[in-house]
Amino acid sequence: MANKILLEVVTPDKLLLSKEVDVVVATGVDGEFGVLYGHVPFLSSLAIGELRFKDGNQTEFAAISGGFAEVTGKKVTVLAEAAELAREIDIDRAKRARERAEQRLAQAQQEAMDYARAEAALKRAMLRMRVVERGIGGGGMA
Amino acid sequence: MAALRDIQNKIAAVKKTRQITRAMNMVAAARLRQVQEKTERFKPYAAKFAEVLASLSQGIDPEIHPLLAVPEQVDKVGMILLTADRGLCGSFNMNLINKGQKFLQEQAALGHEAQAHVVGRKGCDYFRRRKTEITTQMPGVMNVIDFDLAVSVARLGLNAFLAGEVQEVYIIYSDFRSMASMPTVVERLLPIQPEPVEGEEAEAGGGLEYITEPSAEEILVDLLPRYLNVRVYSALLNTATSEQASRMTAMDNATKNCKEMIENLTLVYNKARQAAITAELMDIVGGAEALSQG
Repeated sequence: MANKILLEVVTPDKLLLSKEVDVVVATGVDGEFGVLYGHVPFLSSLAIGELRFKDGNQTEFAAISGGFAEVTGKKVTVLAEAAELAREIDIDRAKRARERAEQRLAQAQQEAMDYARAEAALKRAMLRMRVVERGIGGGGMA
Repeated sequence: MAALRDIQNKIAAVKKTRQITRAMNMVAAARLRQVQEKTERFKPYAAKFAEVLASLSQGIDPEIHPLLAVPEQVDKVGMILLTADRGLCGSFNMNLINKGQKFLQEQAALGHEAQAHVVGRKGCDYFRRRKTEITTQMPGVMNVIDFDLAVSVARLGLNAFLAGEVQEVYIIYSDFRSMASMPTVVERLLPIQPEPVEGEEAEAGGGLEYITEPSAEEILVDLLPRYLNVRVYSALLNTATSEQASRMTAMDNATKNCKEMIENLTLVYNKARQAAITAELMDIVGGAEALSQG
């Protein structure tokens, strides 16, 4: 078995995750990228998107609300202003957030600033819901 | 006898006050611990953030990003003043408010117009009572400090700055260094001044040449507004910690004063009681004397 890479997910509220895993796949602003042990030093902005990591046969998912990732050969550090593991997401809350965001989006068509914020909120809510579904579906990782 | 009763009532009242101040002291101590834990949990994020920012901003031209560009001429500035929602914490709020007032006066003396954003009920109340014009009031938010609050506070400064309404933004907060030292400080938030990388960090960070995606400049564009959030969050946490620490000290002093007052009153009470007994005895003795002589 190849060497494992240490994945750390840090948010302002806590160290969400610190775990040795085989593969990390994150959503950068320019698309998804995967990281294995021994990756060259790498820094990327993260879009609002999912983070998945595989340890043995088990794949877990997390929702990242934007941030960035720093990769060194042995370690991946994800800095995100908000992040949740799939199993910790409150699906009802995400659904309510989506409804709210949709309403606001409809109202705020004219104001550019509010529109962008509402859109980001909608993206986050949809992401959380998607991540939960994937997490429960389980293990279907390429 | 009436005087005795009065003193007793007074002692009972002071005892009740002492109970309250003691309870408030304990509440403040518990809240202090909570905020300190929050600060601890925030530290890894802040440290990592500063590290990445420092290694990225090395050798980058400040002209590249509006948040870094130093203005040629300043005629309007923004001030973000952090205060507490509640009182009973000694001179804590007054220190912050005075610093804010002084800042506004200094800016006025320099001929700068100032926008004031005041966070915390105490600060808002103060400026409202004095009918001072302030741009934004955010009362009642200091109870629960989370990152979202930092984002919305940072946005106040950021929006004004990006819209060109102000050329500089300062934040005034209470820097918690220890229980005994929490000075009020003024710091410039915008334009951002990347901190020079120091000694050890420079070696640790400088050794890594990152491949970046997208380009370093583009990441910086994404990073800088977030850096502002980090700065504001840390200022909020510091202010909240200082507030609870000040309250603890204030309530501790109040409890001590109550104790002292009770001791003094008890002394007065005992003396008065003694005097009353003596007077009564004199009466009886005097009466008996009169009888035996009669």
